[in-house]
Amino acid sequence: MRIVMPFIIVVGLALTAWAGWAIHLQGFFGVLVPYAAALIFVAGFCKKVVDWAKSPVPFKIPTTAGQQKSLPWIKHSNIESPFTTGQVIIRMFFEVFFFRSLFRNLKGELRSGPSLIYGPTKWLWFSAILFHYGFLLVILHHLRLAIHPVPCCVDLIDKVDSMFQIGAPPIYLSGFILLLGVTALFLRRILIPQVRYISLVNDYFPLFLIMGIVISGMLMRYVIRTDIVGVKALIMGLVTFHPVVPDGIGAIFYIHLFLVCCLFAYFPFSKLMHMGGVFMSPTRNLPNNNRAERHVNPWDPKVKLHTYEEWVEDYRDKLEEAQIPID
Amino acid sequence: MAAPKPNEIIMIDHKPPKKWWMDTKPTFRQGTFSYPSKPKNIEILDMWNPREWNPVDEDWKLPDDWKERILEGFRDLLKKYRSLKVFMDICVRCGACADKCHYFLGSGDPKNMPVLRAELMRSVYRGEFTKAGQLLGRWAGGRELTYDVLKEWFYYFYQCTQCRRCSLFCPYGIDTAEIDLAGRHLLNLVGCNINWMMEPAANCFMVGNHIGIQPHSLKDMIDFFVDDIEEVTGVKIEVPFMKKGAEILFVTPSGDFFADPGTYTFMGYLMLFHELGLDYTMSYYAAEGGNFGFFTGTIENAKKLNAKIYAEAKRLGVKWILGGECGHMWRVVHQYMDTLTGPADFLEVPKSPITGTVFENARSSKIVHITEFTADLIKHGAINLDKNRNAGITATFHDSCNPARGMGLFDEPRYVVKNVVPEFYDMPEDTIREKTFCCGSGSGLNNDEFMEMRMRGGLPRANAVKYVNERYGVNTLSCICAIDRAVLPPLMDYWVPGVTVTGVHELVGNALVMKGEKKRTVNLRQEPIPGMEEEEEDV
Repeated sequence: MRIVMPFIIVVGLALTAWAGWAIHLQGFFGVLVPYAAALIFVAGFCKKVVDWAKSPVPFKIPTTAGQQKSLPWIKHSNIESPFTTGQVIIRMFFEVFFFRSLFRNLKGELRSGPSLIYGPTKWLWFSAILFHYGFLLVILHHLRLAIHPVPCCVDLIDKVDSMFQIGAPPIYLSGFILLLGVTALFLRRILIPQVRYISLVNDYFPLFLIMGIVISGMLMRYVIRTDIVGVKALIMGLVTFHPVVPDGIGAIFYIHLFLVCCLFAYFPFSKLMHMGGVFMSPTRNLPNNNRAERHVNPWDPKVKLHTYEEWVEDYRDKLEEAQIPID
Repeated sequence: MAAPKPNEIIMIDHKPPKKWWMDTKPTFRQGTFSYPSKPKNIEILDMWNPREWNPVDEDWKLPDDWKERILEGFRDLLKKYRSLKVFMDICVRCGACADKCHYFLGSGDPKNMPVLRAELMRSVYRGEFTKAGQLLGRWAGGRELTYDVLKEWFYYFYQCTQCRRCSLFCPYGIDTAEIDLAGRHLLNLVGCNINWMMEPAANCFMVGNHIGIQPHSLKDMIDFFVDDIEEVTGVKIEVPFMKKGAEILFVTPSGDFFADPGTYTFMGYLMLFHELGLDYTMSYYAAEGGNFGFFTGTIENAKKLNAKIYAEAKRLGVKWILGGECGHMWRVVHQYMDTLTGPADFLEVPKSPITGTVFENARSSKIVHITEFTADLIKHGAINLDKNRNAGITATFHDSCNPARGMGLFDEPRYVVKNVVPEFYDMPEDTIREKTFCCGSGSGLNNDEFMEMRMRGGLPRANAVKYVNERYGVNTLSCICAIDRAVLPPLMDYWVPGVTVTGVHELVGNALVMKGEKKRTVNLRQEPIPGMEEEEEDV
């Protein structure tokens, strides 16, 4: 049920958009919903990040993944155990752009003996890279619909992305990379028993939603063609705040757009916020220079200590008898 | 309590059960949970709901408003710790952490997968604090905080050693130790904590060491060490305590005073300091470097214990502090102390009086790790070492979780060990350094009643030792942690019989050539050194 339910919901969302198109609610689904979704996304995202930022970081708790900086003749691992802010930035760069920690992944296996064997496993890392970079490229070349004239960098991405032209229209590699990534992430979620066990509706829903977006987008591009000039006019209208609803845009576009809107609106309330959260993780974004640079806790706890004087009173006779010096 | 036999334990199934985790409850089976705190320890630490109770009972004698107390405490922690707040929101349940936990590897219990351990709390966060969770319940991954959930928290938050191995592999650095500490704090609010954590904390607070040995008795124990050292080396040394105006305050985990083999490590320190002519002192008041208060998750407890060190350094008028071999002590000392009980502006930047090396990395907190200090001595040739006195030893080194992933102390201890033993081999690379495995008994779980889980959790560590034992003939497991020294010997006996556990400075003490010493025939354990046995007179 944790798998079926979110699937049904996504199908339901697609049908809603189709029905809306059929009863001529293009204005609602083409203008109002996108604006509402954009608003929820921006406001929700900011609110969440501000909410995180409001909680202080009381202690400097980096997870050190390499040799600390100590004696000059011991080689300091300056990225895995950063000492300066610059080194932290490099660590974060590898974390954000190359998923460094995930790349470290190992698989532990218990064999008879007993003997525990560990080996590198890169599948999760690889799927995540496909997924995220596929998504990034897809978003980048969608910019051609939202900017006029199309900037040359977007054009360049477009050229690389469509280098394998098999007939018309050209095949966008990025879409297939994204589809492959999202499928791999879905398959591992249902095929690996432990991962299936920990998975929630919260995990399946965004996967199905993104699958729905990719599939509807591909159908629109390669199978059920729609009026691309009209689509660009609609999008340009949205981004220039002069919304227009051209006639003749097919239902498939509205389905695609509505699912995208759902994703945006869902984003701030979901685990997808890891996009913002990864930058705010205190085990990654702080330097390992604890003993050299003092970190201040804004809510420093006040406690009642057991002072030396109180301690002496507890043991005065015994201390004197044992000739232990007393203040 | 005896654990089941190894061959019974290794029938581990890592496949999760049919029944989903929100529908299962833990069984409080002997060997898998720790006994609750005695009321007096809760009272000493000025904490909540002291009472006699038993986890196997239906009724845990909670206060009537237990749920409100916990939810209130939860909101408070979310306001205080960005780590907790972010970690409650961003987990994508990718499962990269799952097989990184020693307790999961050794037990197969799915709730020992770090992700699920955290979900125990996250589900309540979603269910009680988010709109979606309140409305949709488990359809949004949320659930209510019920009596059963609380019991589950107690069971699993005391099956985590806060070793942070999972946080290394998490793509967002989600740190289960942060979540576990928060969980333990919330349990404290209604009086659900374990004695093996609370009693040492209470003892450290009132008496100054974790066993609660009173100062005059501790003095007698130190005298025994002095006698033992004289017997082995022929050198009579002095151990300065409460010496005002000394240059250095030495603080070590008090386990080193009481329990073999930590005691031999302690003798190693004393011999080294004597040989250097170091102007140092120790304190009966601040005789504990370890911090069982930290394990409680209630940060005030950590502060109550840790504050004694700077206070005593100030009273004695020392220039800087040297810290002994201890795992979580160094998590607290390295990552918390300066913030929690500093600034130590009354101390000076640590400088080795022997080599002149200035420890710039400790310029603010003014506390240096003993292996940093000793590695520097060896590098400068400031001490005379004879590896042959550790003849017969083929050593490996266990990185304690906290100095590894909370400090990055890897090469200093290895450098020291390699200079004092004839042969050294590291364990496989996926089981050492930042990827090191826990001893299975950290964070207050080193009690007898928890023995089965300790042996299970220690399996990955022991298995790596077994590998180098079989391959290279490694017979000695060195470490820099007092809890390790207490718990690794039974772990080795259980999984890899014949491997000896030793502190790094025990090996240093053995190898150290001292002025005025007699010919060494036995090591600090008073066992004959191969090749240096006493010649029998009547041959």
